[in-house]
Amino acid sequence: MEVLSYLIPVSLFLGGIGLAFFIYTLKSDQYSDPEGDARRILSDEYDDHPKP
Amino acid sequence: MTVAMRPNVSACPACAAGPAAEALAEQEAQKDARLALSLPTIHCAACISAVERELNKQPGVKTARVNLTLKRATIEAESDVTAQDLVSVLEGIGYEAHELDAGTLSATENDKAGRDLLMRLAVAGFASMNVMLLSVSVWSGAEAATRDMFHWISAAIALPTIIFSGKPFFVSAWSALKNGRLNMDVPIVLAISLAVMTSLWETMLSGEHAYFDAALTLVFFLLTGRYLDHRTRAVARSAAEELAALEVPRAVRIIDGEEHTVQVTELSVGDLVLVRPGGRMPVDGNIVEGQSELDRSLLTGETLPVFAEPGLGVSAGEVNLTGPLVIRATAVGQETSLHRMADLVAVAESGRSRYTSLADKAARLYAPGVHILSALAFVGWYIYTWDVRTALNIAAAVLIITCPCALGLAVPAVTTAASGRLFRKGMLIKHSTALERLAQVDTVVFDKTGTLTAGTPELTNLGDFDQDDVSLAMALAMGSSHPLSMAIVSAASAAGIKPAKLSDIEEVPGFGTQALLNGQRVRLGRATWVGATALAQTSAFLALPDGTVRAFTFTDSLRDGAEEAVQALLEDGKDVMLISGDTTGAVEALANRLGIQKWIAEALPEDKAAKVQALSAKGKHVLMVGDGLNDTAALAAAHVSISPASALDAARVASDIVLLGSDLSPIADALITARSAIKRIRENFRIATVYNIIAVPLAIAGLCSPLIAALAMSSSSITVSLNALRLR
Repeated sequence: MEVLSYLIPVSLFLGGIGLAFFIYTLKSDQYSDPEGDARRILSDEYDDHPKP
Repeated sequence: MTVAMRPNVSACPACAAGPAAEALAEQEAQKDARLALSLPTIHCAACISAVERELNKQPGVKTARVNLTLKRATIEAESDVTAQDLVSVLEGIGYEAHELDAGTLSATENDKAGRDLLMRLAVAGFASMNVMLLSVSVWSGAEAATRDMFHWISAAIALPTIIFSGKPFFVSAWSALKNGRLNMDVPIVLAISLAVMTSLWETMLSGEHAYFDAALTLVFFLLTGRYLDHRTRAVARSAAEELAALEVPRAVRIIDGEEHTVQVTELSVGDLVLVRPGGRMPVDGNIVEGQSELDRSLLTGETLPVFAEPGLGVSAGEVNLTGPLVIRATAVGQETSLHRMADLVAVAESGRSRYTSLADKAARLYAPGVHILSALAFVGWYIYTWDVRTALNIAAAVLIITCPCALGLAVPAVTTAASGRLFRKGMLIKHSTALERLAQVDTVVFDKTGTLTAGTPELTNLGDFDQDDVSLAMALAMGSSHPLSMAIVSAASAAGIKPAKLSDIEEVPGFGTQALLNGQRVRLGRATWVGATALAQTSAFLALPDGTVRAFTFTDSLRDGAEEAVQALLEDGKDVMLISGDTTGAVEALANRLGIQKWIAEALPEDKAAKVQALSAKGKHVLMVGDGLNDTAALAAAHVSISPASALDAARVASDIVLLGSDLSPIADALITARSAIKRIRENFRIATVYNIIAVPLAIAGLCSPLIAALAMSSSSITVSLNALRLR
């Protein structure tokens, strides 16, 4: 059972990373144009000239 | 600021075109350095990069970003760049573009409420997954100290999460209770807080059952419903605002003979305003210069253009057809008759405020029932065992198991699916209960001009003339952009007729066009101008060199899908009526053409509203379809209302549903979709009730463990959502 003492914090930490990442995507406006973003990855332009 | 005072610092080549353009650009600039363009035709990755590359190449443009979902480009630019320049640049590379009024759009630019909900939803999802993981271990047999530790960890996750994620419910329940009402959120809040409190108490006493997972899942499912509901309305709202933003409120003011483009809000009484052909009057006023014809159909429903000359009074909203007019403003902004009529709408008792939504009806039945049941369970068990802890545990279990989460999802899941389906067909559901009200409709009232008809005239008697006359009329008509002229040109070219050779074609604004045929004068225009007697219907007259006069008559062409829509509604057993402000002859002809039995002509705006109210008083549920200012009162008074995208802003605001395309046929479809949506909502309520009927006796008997609660809650929520998806 001692294994729980670090497994539970680890699972909470991993979940927390996911949550923090989601909040970051939300704050940085990544859900305002889902259709456009899906198309943009098809173009090389943004790879060759990334935004500063 | 005058042109002379302005230092020449413009870096924009298009602005160097003329001093007037420069002054215009500057006036623009001081306000918005942020421009928005609507791009209705973009659809692919290539479009995005082409538009962005072209815009970024323009001097003065700092950044340009295309949003494909909204089909819109946002541009941050230096102050001397105007939207008109960018529109012409984009049209040059083949993309249709329209300027959007940034002020009107800003409200929906950042969907703050939506993000806030999504954040709370994410936190609730994270917490409920983790707590569920711990709960599963408890259900699979964790005991004693381990179980207590799991419960304490769950409590540590659940408490802050519920305070953060449950805030929308707490706020809404509190405001309902403050006003002495009960809504769905009251039992929700009660269930959540009671579950958390008893679980905390159980945990302290190292008890066996804790409901932290149930409380969190409840919050998660309910937030999902809330978010779906919000998204549906946010999409409709942003599309509706885009329609409004397309009409950029600008006017041309004349000061000392110079033209200045200004915002309509800056105009004041006594200003001289220039209205070009095709433009809409921005203010009420009197004509001081110029001759033209006015289209008043949006205000009165009349299709015949009115002759305009100095001295005639004009109202905001009328459209100038042929020649430029200079107006002296007598009323501006809120004082214009357009605004006063639009305000009447707000005063009129509206159909939507009288309607109680299905969800509210269910809540009124459900909330007291659940509370009484739970209280009875508490009292019963207390008398039976004399143990507060057991009694409270069972009361909490009853509240949780009665599961308002299926009820909370029952309506939003269905309306989201139905609105999405109608949106793909070109209908925008603006009001949250519009679908429910649409399902009850038994009488449909149509406006004529601009709704059933497209507002563009169509030549009716082409066959009566010999080819020479038609080719003569066609040649004259090509010299003008008047709607009747364009109708002659399109009818003649459809018949394969070539225009005659004429010289010295000139348009006389307000009267018609004239030219020389082999040195002799020919004219096409108003009856009095060519020396003929006017006819009752819309007509234009051709005067030949020998003095004979030919009359071309017109009818308003039908809007696409009008016939199908009326036909489908009649077959569906609906009562269809036509109420118009136009003349008896025109209305009767259209009614006969479409097979509508009941029609009323020459109706004033108040008559329309009164007729709709009279029908409602008889217990009819009226759907009003209209586009003009004369319809707005009727649109607001009707049980539910639809307006086409071409309608005046005031009419679109007054209606529940906006038709995005020019086709009317989705209306009949919408009624069917609405009815099946309501069927699904009722089914969902029934499913939720069945779950309760099975689970509540278990809970009252004290047999309901947290595991059973979690199973019942999740399965009912999922069934309800899947049932809603069947509508797609």
